[in-house]
Amino acid sequence: MNPARAADGHSANGDFVLLATGLRRSYGGRDVVRIDEIGVRAGEVLAILGPNGAGKTTLFRLLLLLEKPDAGTIQLGGQITRPGDAAARGRVAGVFQRPYLFSGSVRHNLNYGLKALRLPQAERSRRLEAAIQELELGGLSDRAVGALSGGEAQRVALARALVLEPDVLLLDEPTANLDVTIQRRFREDLSRVARAHARSVILITHDPSDAFALADRVAVLHDGHIVQVAAPHDLVLDPATPFIAAFTGAELLLDGAVEEVDADGLARIKLASGAMIWVSPADALNRGTRVHVSYRPEDVVLSSTSTQFQASPRNVFTMRVGAVAPAGGLVRVGLEGPARLAAIVTRSSAQELGLKPGAEINAHLKAAALRAFVAGP
Amino acid sequence: MDLILDALKQAFTILMTGQAYVVDVLLLSIRVSGSAIVLGVLLGMPAGIAAGMLRFPGRRVLIALIHTGFALPPVVVGLFVYMLLSRSGPVGSLGLLFTPAAMILAQSVLAAPYVAGITLAAVQAVPADVRLQALALGAGRWRAVWAHVREARLGLMAAIVAGFGAVISEVGAVMMVGGNILGETRVMTTAIVLETRRGNFATALALGLILLFFAFAANLALTHLQQRERGR
Repeated sequence: MNPARAADGHSANGDFVLLATGLRRSYGGRDVVRIDEIGVRAGEVLAILGPNGAGKTTLFRLLLLLEKPDAGTIQLGGQITRPGDAAARGRVAGVFQRPYLFSGSVRHNLNYGLKALRLPQAERSRRLEAAIQELELGGLSDRAVGALSGGEAQRVALARALVLEPDVLLLDEPTANLDVTIQRRFREDLSRVARAHARSVILITHDPSDAFALADRVAVLHDGHIVQVAAPHDLVLDPATPFIAAFTGAELLLDGAVEEVDADGLARIKLASGAMIWVSPADALNRGTRVHVSYRPEDVVLSSTSTQFQASPRNVFTMRVGAVAPAGGLVRVGLEGPARLAAIVTRSSAQELGLKPGAEINAHLKAAALRAFVAGP
Repeated sequence: MDLILDALKQAFTILMTGQAYVVDVLLLSIRVSGSAIVLGVLLGMPAGIAAGMLRFPGRRVLIALIHTGFALPPVVVGLFVYMLLSRSGPVGSLGLLFTPAAMILAQSVLAAPYVAGITLAAVQAVPADVRLQALALGAGRWRAVWAHVREARLGLMAAIVAGFGAVISEVGAVMMVGGNILGETRVMTTAIVLETRRGNFATALALGLILLFFAFAANLALTHLQQRERGR
């Protein structure tokens, strides 16, 4: 993510290329999409992040003008636009989760939308060659689509939408059916072309790594609602709900109740086990408020029990190591004690600390890395 | 056994020498069934495409009719067309009974449900996402429908080949409404029936071989297209 661009995006006011307001869509009496406002600004990559069943694909179809909402409007460049509007054709282009490539050659596919938009031959060739260059499809352009790998097919689908030079490019789970190395390549391709042409992109995904790697802003979709819109960094630091915290990789501690809020704004929370833990920020917390506390396993600092702490350190717990499981290049360590915790450490620190089931270890949770959510009634 | 071997030998001689009688019968067969399949496609293909892709009232009834048409006995079609065209029938004044036109009419009625049914299956086998994908790339509604039909094109070719195969090998309807008149309405199937009854097994067999060859060539061409399409 480019922080400068993100900052621009935030300061810009109302310059939405595509803006949906009051969007409602229900099937069989159940609201699938219920969004007050969501929009993408010029040159911005907006990720819409949500779990399966959150209404992502319906939202994709609504924003792509493939489906009529029950209520609400979609504006394109300030103009209200509806499915089937001839003027909107090609201004929003979509890449599907499983892109359907029309049978024939790669070139035929790249040409499809250009022909549909009735662009002159010279312009079609120019854009086609540019896209072939940009996405390195040179060797593939005359190949039949049946002979493409999954990653190649997805790149063709991306190129086929990009040649239209749409105002907004929409992608629905573009990496969901790709294996890990191909995913990385696709993300790089997408990021490069989106930045190079300052494209407005809406990326719909269930995968936080897609959203965090590519987006300037992330909108979290849960049960058809947008529950938070924030820059990726802010979403991790300051998730609005326990659901968002968990969905973006945080873990939930046991529930507790606020004991006191000190002069610095730190809140002391008594967990169900009786252990005390300090949490910040804690603006909306009062004594007695029941809370859920979340933390991220990568923020848990482990140290040997022989380590001497200055003064009386907060949030240091002596714990017993439970399961030790390799997680990729890292190690995930289960900890038992006043609360059940998980920590993620590198292989080498796991070795240095002698992390074996049954060993004793100090776990330090920085108050700033903890977040307390007011528990629901 | 001798009967069969002799008949085979003579049949090949007839084929090699291009006997005028056989050639005439063959050409009329192609003309009648060729015209019938053209009409059948004009009628059946739009019906199959509509039933397979669009939502409209009466769609289920149309699909049921198409599938009933698959089991339509040629003699029953022959009967209806006969009654329609006979002198006292509704359009008897046109004097079409016992002409190639009557045979074409009967065979196109037989071909249309075949073509429609296979077309229906072919367009339904294409994921509906094709149309959404086309719309998502700037296509209008009809261009998107066309993209869908184009994806089904192998199935549509199969519909034409199967329809043609069904009518060119059919005997009941052409016999009834054509009358098997030499030089006017005698086609391969009716000639085979006649020559077999007369004991001219060699001629019957020669005609039968031509029919078989047609079926084989048509299917070979279709298979070739399908394989090329897959391999590309």
